[in-house]
Amino acid sequence: MTDRATVYARIIELIEPLNTKKVALTEATSFAGDMEMDSLTVMDLVASMEDEWDIMIPLNLLPDLETIGQVADAVAGLVAKKG
Amino acid sequence: MTNPPVLDLLAKYDPLIAEHAGLLSTGIRDPFGIVMEKVLSPTEAIIKGRHTILLGTYNYMGMTFDADVIEAGRQALTDFGAGTTGSRVLNGTYQTHAACEEALKDFYGMSHAMVFSTGYQANLGMVSTLAGKGDFIILDADSHASIYDGCKMSNADIVRFRHNDVADLEKRLKRLPPEAGKLVVLEGVYSMLGDVAPLPELVAVAKAHGAMVLVDEAHGMGFFGEHGRGVYEEQGVADDVDFVVGTFSKSVGTVGGFCVSNHPKFEILRLVCRPYTFTASLPPAVIACSTTSIRKLMTAHDKRARLWEATRRLHGGLKARGFRLATDTPESAIVSVLMPDQETTALMWSTLIELGVYVNMSRPPATPAGVFLLRCSICALHSDEQIDIVLAKFEQAAQMAQLALHEHA
Repeated sequence: MTDRATVYARIIELIEPLNTKKVALTEATSFAGDMEMDSLTVMDLVASMEDEWDIMIPLNLLPDLETIGQVADAVAGLVAKKG
Repeated sequence: MTNPPVLDLLAKYDPLIAEHAGLLSTGIRDPFGIVMEKVLSPTEAIIKGRHTILLGTYNYMGMTFDADVIEAGRQALTDFGAGTTGSRVLNGTYQTHAACEEALKDFYGMSHAMVFSTGYQANLGMVSTLAGKGDFIILDADSHASIYDGCKMSNADIVRFRHNDVADLEKRLKRLPPEAGKLVVLEGVYSMLGDVAPLPELVAVAKAHGAMVLVDEAHGMGFFGEHGRGVYEEQGVADDVDFVVGTFSKSVGTVGGFCVSNHPKFEILRLVCRPYTFTASLPPAVIACSTTSIRKLMTAHDKRARLWEATRRLHGGLKARGFRLATDTPESAIVSVLMPDQETTALMWSTLIELGVYVNMSRPPATPAGVFLLRCSICALHSDEQIDIVLAKFEQAAQMAQLALHEHA
């Protein structure tokens, strides 16, 4: 059973090596704004999350996923749907 | 009543403006502001009054000054006028455009050809029109901006796989619903690093998952494969590729884009592909130049051989001098030199242009994975003497820019 808290914790671990600005990571931290990640880094990060949970996060969803919390919601939802 | 203050929509570009100004404040020339004052030949121009060797123009086959090509354009300009002022599907298809599509069909041995006004529009149009709502587009991470933009414009779900990684493509295809329509988009040559795709493996995986395959041969047309059709021909996967997209602005030497295919329903795309329909067609002179160039490229065996020879000379020469290159062997007619950071790249580029050598400076996000490059593209008309001059200038520039070179193993 993968609950949202577990997903969130693992997402933080995946982001940490890419957090070059050493921003404090919270639910509300944004990828482009706070962490200043470029679009390529964000896409690579998404790929690593896809592989972590064997899910598919289409790139066209990314404009709606601005913060860590939003990504955690989306991933938890996709994992739950997978069953 | 007074109007509210206008919010400056360009304010979002302030960080980029500052970065660019910072770069120029070091006294270097603007890498993105080059003006060619005179173009002497496919390999030489005058830039800021200086005689410059062109090594970053993608003019692979040197067709821009071909006498037959120029004469065809001159004739079409006289016979058909300066422009068509219209869409391909209204008043913008002349006999010249039909003849150009015939030349493409002959060149590729395919039953359908559609000419777009630019290569960018060809990818934008094909990718966005083939895949619609409920379909999936699966693209290589290093795909050209025109492919990414085509994805954005489609209503499909977009899945990206790691560059040239067959296992990663397969893993991602397996996650997709079997009943959904799928388009796998590949390139024969990737223009940043100049590396070539393992098409047989990638195409086999795509087909095993019921996907249609589109291959962009922008940087492969003219000198890969027996007929110069591209990497997909050379690697023997022609039967499994559904759509080939290409451009006139590289080996053909003009401007324009195209898609060729054997799909029986291909012609309907002319009515539904917006980047084809809602723009003016290419001027008759451009089209006539392209047609003549395409027909000449069919049999340009000597030029192809010469292009590879010059490419090997440059690649080998740079490697021997200790430059780090993006590919260990010359895989295409693009030789990319790896640079450590933005400052050194800009300084090297600027020094080279002062020494009379034009190459492309490439940086993220156009390049993959934060890589900085000096990108060279070779022309069949580059002489050995020119390549040797370039090699000497590279060495001199590295010294002036204090770029560390590596002992050749």
